[in-house]
Amino acid sequence: MPAFRRRAGLLAALLAAGLAFASQGAGTAAASGADAAVERGARVYERCAACHALDADRTGPRHCGLLGRRAGSVPGFPYSPAMRRSRIVWTEASLDRFLKAPLQALPGTSMGYDGVKDERERRDLIAYLRAAGQGPRCKPPE
Amino acid sequence: MKPAVDIGSIVHAIPRRAFIAHSGLLLSGAAVALLSGRDALAAKAGHGAESDLRILNTALGAELEAIAAYQVGAESGLLQKPALDLALTFQGHHKQHAELLSGTIAKLGGKPVSARDKYAFPVDTLKTQVDVLRFAAGLEKGAVSAYLGAIPVFGNRDLAKAAGSILGDEAMHWAILRNAVGDVPVPEAFVS
Ligand code: HEC
Repeated sequence: MPAFRRRAGLLAALLAAGLAFASQGAGTAAASGADAAVERGARVYERCAACHALDADRTGPRHCGLLGRRAGSVPGFPYSPAMRRSRIVWTEASLDRFLKAPLQALPGTSMGYDGVKDERERRDLIAYLRAAGQGPRCKPPE
Repeated sequence: MKPAVDIGSIVHAIPRRAFIAHSGLLLSGAAVALLSGRDALAAKAGHGAESDLRILNTALGAELEAIAAYQVGAESGLLQKPALDLALTFQGHHKQHAELLSGTIAKLGGKPVSARDKYAFPVDTLKTQVDVLRFAAGLEKGAVSAYLGAIPVFGNRDLAKAAGSILGDEAMHWAILRNAVGDVPVPEAFVS
């Protein structure tokens, strides 16, 4: 199935790039299940690209290793006291809550962003964050 | 499939008038309104002032990074005129945004963040002029999303308006950069 292979190639490229750049036509053909969600999520993640990268701290902290880590725990990143003290552990559920409305979920956070309001977009975004965390951009250097 | 990008088309895509240099700091109406009178600003700030300051400082951090990113692009040796002039013009806009933001933060009694010593740009992936322009386009797109996400959470409506003013400028950068690499300049009716 050449269409499938092309899609898998694109997915790998998106994960490798970390910052997913616009790729027209990618969303046109129907792709199956999880891969499609991750691809859609990569596109939602473009909204975060002013502040975040997978493998580097920028205005916001790196996202490699996000699922399962304690909020506010990337060493050396200047978190808000609110985030540092939050006692949140990032799971699908806690991410869903935070990303829906960051300033309501965590008053005092310095992530001054209204949130991703659409439930499906959030699900796709979190699927992307999970997949990208296991992708090439997040592998420790050999 | 979209056509392969050729450098000639890039030159065509950027009209001369796209980078007429601006001398000095020309501030928009929204910017002027912000910079006038600390009292007016402070009076409207109300109880959301602390939160607004955090939002402004996060935006300032991103603007300072954008300035540094265009600097890396300009010094990469990968950009030829007219793309180089375009990058420098856009960098100049980001400098003005940063100045407005830090001035506003100071007026509101906050402490503006300063630029980092070091930024982690994915320089290993930037090999051609098109790579650099696409990278810049991605940052500008992200910046548009960031300001869009800031507008509803500002307590002070004047700050939301200023964010809208910056958003418009960065959306224009995004469209021009897309055009320059041969992508559809304005792909959708809405930004998100
Ligand atoms: C305007 C810049 C900005 C944008 C846009 C932004 N973030 Fe953030 N993000 C931050 C900052 C700053 C922090 C640190 C917040 C704190 O310390 O309170 C943060 C923190 C986070 C955290 C907590 C990480 C940790 O280490 O505990 C997550 C998760 C996150 N952001 C996800 C996202 C996602 C997903 C998007 C896009 C939908 C996004 N952010 C958009 C600036 C931003």
